[in-house]
Amino acid sequence: MKIPKFLLSILLIACLVMAIGLPAYAAKVIKIGVIGPMKFVQGKGHWNGATMAAEEINAKGGLWVGKKKMKIELVKADSNEFLSMTDATNAMELLLTRHKVDFLVGGFRTEAVLAMQDMAMDYKKIFIGVGAASDEICTRVAKDYNTYKYWFRGSPFNSSYLGKTSFIHLGTVAAILKMSLHIPKIKVAVVAEKAMWTEGMIKACEVYLPKMGMEVVGVWRPSQVATDVTAELSAIQRSGAHIVFTIFSSSVGITFARQAGELKIPAAMVGINVEAQKDGFYEATERMGNYVMTLNTYARGVEVNQLTPRFVNTYIKRFGETPTYTADTYAAIIYSLAPTIEEAGTLDADKIVAILENREYAVPSGKIGYLKDAQGRHLHELKWGPGYLTSLGVQWQDGKLVAVWPNRWKAAKGAPEITYKGVVPYKIAPWVIEKYKK
Amino acid sequence: MILDIITSGLINGSVYALLAIGFSLIYGAARIVNLAHTAFYMVASYCIYFATHKMGVHPVLAMLVAIILVAFIGLAFYKLFIDPIREHEAAVLIATIAMAMAMQEIMLIIFTGDYLSVPSLVKGYLKIIGVKIAYQQLLTICVALLILAGVWALLKKTRVGLAIRSTAQDREVANLMGMNESRVAMITMGVSVGLAAFAGAVVVPLTVVNPHMWMHPLIFMLAIVVLGGLGSLKGSFAGAYILGFTEASVVFLIPLGAFLKGSVALSVMILVLLIRPEGLFGVAFEEER
Repeated sequence: MKIPKFLLSILLIACLVMAIGLPAYAAKVIKIGVIGPMKFVQGKGHWNGATMAAEEINAKGGLWVGKKKMKIELVKADSNEFLSMTDATNAMELLLTRHKVDFLVGGFRTEAVLAMQDMAMDYKKIFIGVGAASDEICTRVAKDYNTYKYWFRGSPFNSSYLGKTSFIHLGTVAAILKMSLHIPKIKVAVVAEKAMWTEGMIKACEVYLPKMGMEVVGVWRPSQVATDVTAELSAIQRSGAHIVFTIFSSSVGITFARQAGELKIPAAMVGINVEAQKDGFYEATERMGNYVMTLNTYARGVEVNQLTPRFVNTYIKRFGETPTYTADTYAAIIYSLAPTIEEAGTLDADKIVAILENREYAVPSGKIGYLKDAQGRHLHELKWGPGYLTSLGVQWQDGKLVAVWPNRWKAAKGAPEITYKGVVPYKIAPWVIEKYKK
Repeated sequence: MILDIITSGLINGSVYALLAIGFSLIYGAARIVNLAHTAFYMVASYCIYFATHKMGVHPVLAMLVAIILVAFIGLAFYKLFIDPIREHEAAVLIATIAMAMAMQEIMLIIFTGDYLSVPSLVKGYLKIIGVKIAYQQLLTICVALLILAGVWALLKKTRVGLAIRSTAQDREVANLMGMNESRVAMITMGVSVGLAAFAGAVVVPLTVVNPHMWMHPLIFMLAIVVLGGLGSLKGSFAGAYILGFTEASVVFLIPLGAFLKGSVALSVMILVLLIRPEGLFGVAFEEER
């Protein structure tokens, strides 16, 4: 059958219009790639936070980019980085080459983020990391600014500060135990999952805890996915530890808390336990996770600044759970990227970097400012401390996750006391009191 | 410390034994290397989670239902995917690992990657010479040993067991003697997957349920059956406890290297194989069977 000439012409014109018109239409949106382990809680946080931000921006008609108003379009990429580095790099490749995103937010595991960072930098795309804590990701910026300047840390602050904050929590709990239970010298068992980000913290424990007047009775390194830690718990109990300093980001945090609770190990658990930051932790430990304390970013009813309640409450209303730090993709888009894009009046990455690296701005978890290294080179690393980001110390009390730190915390001698609104006193587990109360 | 090692070793060893014996059984009787074996253990754990948390079923009932259900799923898988390619060992290997991956992905889609758990059947703990042992752990050891005794009785005291053992000794002769070798293989598959499900049931209150929980036990189970001698039930039993106790010893003796417990256990396997290549209770050559 012969196709009439005019029909052929119409088809060709239609194709031409599509070819020219579609990119023009696509150019009216700002594409943000959200990358994370989407089948896991961390990735869900990435996506939820980004969704909330995009919805809020789009509800106002989008962002002013020069004289144009552009809406946000999110592109979801499942990095599956807990299981496969290849999946992570493939997901990043898709975002960069097929979806041609303008900006990137997310990432969780340092090992995967390092690889994803290189890819994003090759394409000169701004990548705000929300999840990985290793210092190395930001030191790359200082070492090779021209290559890595498109990287910014969004959340959490780096491993060194995570360690520092956790040591402050440890010191706080040690002081409470000393005072309440009259223990002359606190013994600490360090339990860290076998992962890259914990290495520095373990070394720091061995150096700083004796300086803080505590004794390190041992270091245990279970696998990240250990399903039975009773052997470690028995050994810890035998060591006579008063405090277990945990450094967990994976499922071992649930196993450890559950089995410790079941066996009523007479030691207070303090440190980092990412699983304990989630609403589902209490149920996942079959209600054995009470009295576990961990560093966290958000807690219901706690106000770090005026932005916190609005974000936390809206997030809970929208998704039915308290946000964890990977939901800081919200802050990365709405407070980091959006105002900077509007200020720059362009999507040009170099111009945005130049503005963003010098900005200081409030986010729901505190205030963001970017550090420089000793030589004055940009790190795009988050500032830590009073007035900036401090995080929270949270504890499971009677099945509820409540904030217990900062509570009359002094960052330095003579410094003003800091207490966030909504913080409650720390509670010692009854079986610890029973064991040591004289 | 010795008591700690004994307790931990017994728990680890009993669970490994349940898995390894099921695996050995189907290998011995039908020469099927079922790499999806521990995936059935994972599916059983999810079934129990679903029944207890989403349907409010009592854990014990949930466990029984899960074991039966998973055994039937195993039989269906056998009939659909393994039986047609049984004579091609490499194809069976690939098919079973594909089945395991498929089951993992299905669980990931249904339940996501969230870490889940199931309540203990008995709460509290027992203190023996200063060592705290959760009642659930004791229950796990007892049930695991009971099941192992049940399997032994099935194999030694019943006609089905006799058929399985005969087929394991020599498939062709068993066939010539009038045994329906294909049916025996199917029954063995049911028992084998049932054992995997049982392992899931006894271990689920002690562990964290997630879609990847089958991988670590798979490596260990393979190490155990190689250590004990491929297809040897006695060997699997001994191998399971050797590796279980090795794991426990590493945690207590080298706390900083607790994450190495798997590697050390596998090194023990390699060491044994260097001295005795056929494994502890294996036979040196196929022809000797």
